Amino acid sequence: MISRFILRRIVLALLTLWLLSVLIFAGGHLLPGNVGRAMLGPFADPTAVEVLNHQMGTDRPVLVQYGDWIAGFVTGDMGESYAYRSPVAPFLFTALVNSAKLAVVAFVMVVPLGILGGVVAALYRGRVADRALSIVGLSATVVPEFVSGIVLILIFGVWLRWFPISATWKDDAGPFTQLYHLILPAIPLVLILFGYIARMARAGMIEALEADYTRTAVLKGLSYPQVIWRHVLRNALLPTISVIATQTIYLIGGLVVIEILFHYQGIGSLIYTAAKKKDFPMLQAGVMAIGALFALTTLLADLLYARLNPRIRFGGRE
Amino acid sequence: MKDDLRRLFRSASFNIGLGIVLFWVACALFGPLVVPYDPFADDLMGALMPPSSAHWFGTDQLGRDVFSRVIVGARDILTVAPAATLISTFLGTSLGLVMGYFGGWVDEVLGRLVDAVLALPTVIVALLALTALGTSMITVMVVIAFSFAPIIARTVRSAVLTERGLDYVAAAELRRENTFYILFVEILPNVLPPILVETTVRLGYAIFTVATLSFIGFGIQPPSPDWGLSISSNYGMIGGGFWWTVVFDSTAIASLVIGINLVADGIEGLRHD
Repeated sequence: MISRFILRRIVLALLTLWLLSVLIFAGGHLLPGNVGRAMLGPFADPTAVEVLNHQMGTDRPVLVQYGDWIAGFVTGDMGESYAYRSPVAPFLFTALVNSAKLAVVAFVMVVPLGILGGVVAALYRGRVADRALSIVGLSATVVPEFVSGIVLILIFGVWLRWFPISATWKDDAGPFTQLYHLILPAIPLVLILFGYIARMARAGMIEALEADYTRTAVLKGLSYPQVIWRHVLRNALLPTISVIATQTIYLIGGLVVIEILFHYQGIGSLIYTAAKKKDFPMLQAGVMAIGALFALTTLLADLLYARLNPRIRFGGRE
Repeated sequence: MKDDLRRLFRSASFNIGLGIVLFWVACALFGPLVVPYDPFADDLMGALMPPSSAHWFGTDQLGRDVFSRVIVGARDILTVAPAATLISTFLGTSLGLVMGYFGGWVDEVLGRLVDAVLALPTVIVALLALTALGTSMITVMVVIAFSFAPIIARTVRSAVLTERGLDYVAAAELRRENTFYILFVEILPNVLPPILVETTVRLGYAIFTVATLSFIGFGIQPPSPDWGLSISSNYGMIGGGFWWTVVFDSTAIASLVIGINLVADGIEGLRHD
């Protein structure tokens, strides 16, 4: 039963990825109409446009181009950057590693904070602490990252001088120096995610607190901390796992802005620079990598959820 | 309904949110008539002046009055974001009605497409599309509308799923009403509440997205006094201590998105109780 569930999830993830690749290909190859013209601008010499299109292979039939692109992508050959005249893959790899560092710092801060916030709000449901946490969470979640980032730079970078205002470090910088540079950029991402995670954790907690098994646990004489720890928390945090996974997607969207603001060389600034330079191979590879990453995290979250939730594990259906 | 409204207006957070939103709408509508300076007029001799009695919020690097620009800056974002939201509500509602009503393979195929679009952050989708199409207020609107439509479609679809098994739908089918009539005249009025909630929530995200796109240079274009755009052209100098060129615009964006989300939260709360 479990293998059928996993198989179905994997097939769905692959299908989504394939559709995504079609959309991204359409975005980079079909929307601009004439790729060479889009890159060189409206006043360029027609022969120059033609030559460029021929060099890039964008004068071939669309299906051939798509086949070529997707086959290359699967085998790790993501084409050549128009702007740097060299293969895309190494740039993409370095950028992904850098962004992963930033994302890890953000997650390590926000996951415990968000869960704690949600648990506290649920335990004090309807009281001042709950209302305050919900308003703070809501406000933190909806303010764009660059706005909170600017305010943080002003306060902690310019006035107090506690943190550097740019996330670039020397090549020989050790992990602690890197971490020090990444704390300020991570906070806007933490603010965005805090509200989501806290909200899910709160809802899960409240559901678990009201469940029959909790009443049974109380009635059989367990102490309050034991009830919370052994019966409530375990069930309450299950839905939070899937939220954390789906939120990675918003995290990646936020990376674009944060990396620009803090001059950090990650996947976000790679996509941004590629977009500015109309470097379509780089842009498409970057966007596709994000899509693949998202499909993978969603898949992993589903599997983890199934692993922890016996109802799915043995039911075999969604 | 009347009770709902009364409850809504008794909620402090809803009223605060509504107040903030109405303030910025008023600024967008009447701002150009009341501001002390022309928000576009530069004065290079008076550039980067700190806040004073002449310039309440100081002046930017071209000597333009920041106060006037912040007030008038509400205009473009409050045009683009609501328009994008309306288009996406229309597209998403139609898509969701079709998916929920027909079900089967139509639902499967469209559902996969929706998933594929949702696998990317809006900012990234917008970046790809705007690079390909070129940036203008119209393309920003359309791009945001297209990336939000799937989310609305998903909400509408699940609402339609519960409606379509009900007797009034079967009755309409027996009367041989045409499909368009069943979808938009019979079913649509019954799924309006979730659409309304989703639309207010989306409006908040639309403002978030437009501000972000403007900040990275793919949204509203100069010389507009748009907030995100102003922050983008001034933040490079905050190391020099010119805080007033970004702080007021930041506050404006933050207050507007928080305001709209407080309103959305209030409306959403009604449906859950």
